[in-house]
Amino acid sequence: MCGIVGLLLKDPDKQDFLGEYGTEMLVGMATRGCDSAGLAAYTNEVSEEGVRKFSLYSSSDSIDWNALTKAMREDLDCEIDLKANYNHAVIVPYGPADIVWRWLFENCPEVHILSIGRSIEVYKDVGHPAEIAERYNLRGLSGSHLVGHTRMATESAVTWAHAHPFTVGEDFCLVHNGSLSNPHSLRRMLERKGIHFDTDNDTEAAARFLEWRLREGDDMETALKAAFRELDGFYTLLIGTNNELALVRDAFACKPAVVAENEGYVAIASEFRSLAHLPDVQNADVFEPMPEEIYVWNKQSVVAS
Amino acid sequence: MEQTVRGGKLMWDLRERSVRELNYYLHHNAVKNGITEVQIFNPDGAHHIAVGLDAPIKVDILGNAGYFVGGMNKQAHITVHGNVGWSVAENIMSGVVRVKGYASECAGASGHGGLLVIEKDASSRCGISMKGNDIVVGGSVGHFSAFMAQAGHLVVCGNAGDGLGDSLYEAVIYVRGEIRSLGADAQEEPMAEDDYKTLAALLEKAGFKHHPEDFKRIASAKKLYHWNAEHYQEY
Repeated sequence: MCGIVGLLLKDPDKQDFLGEYGTEMLVGMATRGCDSAGLAAYTNEVSEEGVRKFSLYSSSDSIDWNALTKAMREDLDCEIDLKANYNHAVIVPYGPADIVWRWLFENCPEVHILSIGRSIEVYKDVGHPAEIAERYNLRGLSGSHLVGHTRMATESAVTWAHAHPFTVGEDFCLVHNGSLSNPHSLRRMLERKGIHFDTDNDTEAAARFLEWRLREGDDMETALKAAFRELDGFYTLLIGTNNELALVRDAFACKPAVVAENEGYVAIASEFRSLAHLPDVQNADVFEPMPEEIYVWNKQSVVAS
Repeated sequence: MEQTVRGGKLMWDLRERSVRELNYYLHHNAVKNGITEVQIFNPDGAHHIAVGLDAPIKVDILGNAGYFVGGMNKQAHITVHGNVGWSVAENIMSGVVRVKGYASECAGASGHGGLLVIEKDASSRCGISMKGNDIVVGGSVGHFSAFMAQAGHLVVCGNAGDGLGDSLYEAVIYVRGEIRSLGADAQEEPMAEDDYKTLAALLEKAGFKHHPEDFKRIASAKKLYHWNAEHYQEY
């Protein structure tokens, strides 16, 4: 069974502990059985106009990230911040994002872009969540919110690319517990609109559908109402954007989810045991999201309040 | 294997010893060692706590429990001082399971006897396929509660979600609040004298002070019991 986790820290003083809390939550889901795991964290935002943060995955373990950024720096004549962890790296090239993207595509065929955005950082791989957290130092992440997933594949292959979160567009990610029965028809519909798919995974179809709706001008609630009409199957979906966490379950609420909310945070998981070690969870409001209800927590409104 | 035993009282910390060890002790050694009361600390949402008990012991779980807590219970009185995950008291045979907080889905499913009390809300499919157990919910229940319930009683002091009592057999549902919709073949019926007596006894056992007169009776219309060829095979 897949497991999903989400955490939005309302209390700015807790934001240094985002990775610490998130790792405990992710590891707490491991007993549902998992072949891979991943986490997207919304960290400090890049403020410069046109500049984006790239999360990268190398299919070669022997990649030299310093050499790659040095070559990029020379070719594109721009400064680059680099944070490297084994076969993952997060880079912030202070140059136009589209040119960086093209340079990576043309010069580094073994490098895949996991995410692009102002604040999102993504880590995902095959293996146990505890190993993945250790390998990529997930405990060291700080920021406002995160979305995580432990996967036990019931369809499509077990690879890093099929691990969640699925990212599309900018600063958008989605994790899913369940199974969609119409991902291929969704995919055909979206491909006719020129939308490209990276994998044959059903979650990618949901991610691309929602991101397409948001890009077409829907707000999160309208996009999710469209998803209720179009997605067929049993699902709990957790969506992250630069500012929001959104949570929905299908009409029969066949897949589990539980929310704990207090003054310091809102935390979401498939099972309570992922929330059990969060601070002061004993005094949180713990509830189960209703079927086909839309839950959206907004970073700005929470911090402002 | 036990952590602390004082005068027939066992204290067990699940951060120190596993659920598997706890359940083994409760099944094999508790009665032998004269245990009459058990306190379980730090359940932290773990699954299968205190399942399959078959002794008249009192068990207090101090926190939130995960899936199947108190499942297959026989004789024991189990209280969860927190919320519970899916399928609390599934297949309960006798005794009492009480949840002080909220219950997730499938609470009291397929039980044959005994009493399950949920002091706050229960989620969907509460009492699905119950076969003789009683369930009293202090708050509301979610959709498809008492689906295919065969015997026993589901008492809902709050509201009920969609499809209440779909495909009911002989179980009876009492609801104090609003019912979003009834399931196939479920119907509201007048309360009889026996209903008031049964309901009053269940409310008293559960510790709720509501008036039986405020409840509606939902039971099976019994139209699905047999295939009816006169329906021109419409379904």
